[in-house]
Amino acid sequence: MNKALKRYIPTIIVALLFIGFLVLFPQWRGKTVQSITVQMKTMLLVIPPIFILLGLLDVWVPREQMITLMGEGSGLKGPILAFLLGSFAAGPLYGAFPFAAVLMKKGASFSNILIFIGAWSTTKIPMLLFEIASLGTRFALSRLFIDIIGIIIIAWAIHGSIPKQEITRLYDQAKNID
Amino acid sequence: MDTIILYVIALGALLFSFFHNKQKTSMALKKAWKAFEGILPQFITVLFLVAAVLAILDTETISKLLGKGSGFWGVLIASLVGAITLIPGFVAFPAAAALLQSGAGVTQMTAFISSLMMVGVVTLPMEIQYFGKKVAIFRNILAWFFSVIAAYFVGWVVSL
Repeated sequence: MNKALKRYIPTIIVALLFIGFLVLFPQWRGKTVQSITVQMKTMLLVIPPIFILLGLLDVWVPREQMITLMGEGSGLKGPILAFLLGSFAAGPLYGAFPFAAVLMKKGASFSNILIFIGAWSTTKIPMLLFEIASLGTRFALSRLFIDIIGIIIIAWAIHGSIPKQEITRLYDQAKNID
Repeated sequence: MDTIILYVIALGALLFSFFHNKQKTSMALKKAWKAFEGILPQFITVLFLVAAVLAILDTETISKLLGKGSGFWGVLIASLVGAITLIPGFVAFPAAAALLQSGAGVTQMTAFISSLMMVGVVTLPMEIQYFGKKVAIFRNILAWFFSVIAAYFVGWVVSL
């Protein structure tokens, strides 16, 4: 079977289930169609700049430089940079994954990648002011504080419990991104 | 708002790159397209999952679920609802503020917001594609646990 087509088999199955869902539950049909349009708009809006940035990063930043900045021996510089990179990013968490893969390809260490993902998911600087306005300074800042600790603990726990060979496999996979 | 910032940065970087090296820029765009095409099947899958989940768990239903919940069960329900939904912050924060005003607990709201941001059940197909099953599932479980801890911490600080 065509290799390109094969990749889409799970997607086609989910699409069929989705159509089944629409047929079986007419009461949710309107809302589902509405939410798929909204989500698709968000994705189409957010995807181009994120992928353009990761393409540029891939082309312009040499591997050696990324290793000194965010690699194993980068000391405190690596996690801080990973944290800032994730915190100043915009867009939903799914935008962070392809970006992280390029960072891995370039030689950023795995714990720094995990910090980057954690920061992207929850300590968004562009969102912080909005959170303060909606929920108050005390709420937003105490959440920011506990989240920074959480990001570090989660990164440390994942790094410590995932077998080395799995991490090596992920890096090999990232290397093959063209 | 943050999408505008993202576009300004991306376009600025693209123009800068273009004036320095046209060849490298076109290579970057090719890589961008390839990376996008590589994840496209998972993207579409996630899109269907999100649409179905958000149709069932719309803002109204979420409000009902979170408004009622109190105590530890409320926190647990809030964190589970947050884990399986995908709502941007600029919608979630005002919604949480409105719920707080109508009597929902701070701890429950924090559990919802934290797990909403850190845990992504519907986006797992994408996360697995890049990070493998082990890391992706483990990260989500840890983040979910953490969202409950964060909830109690923020609830305590706000009550001080």
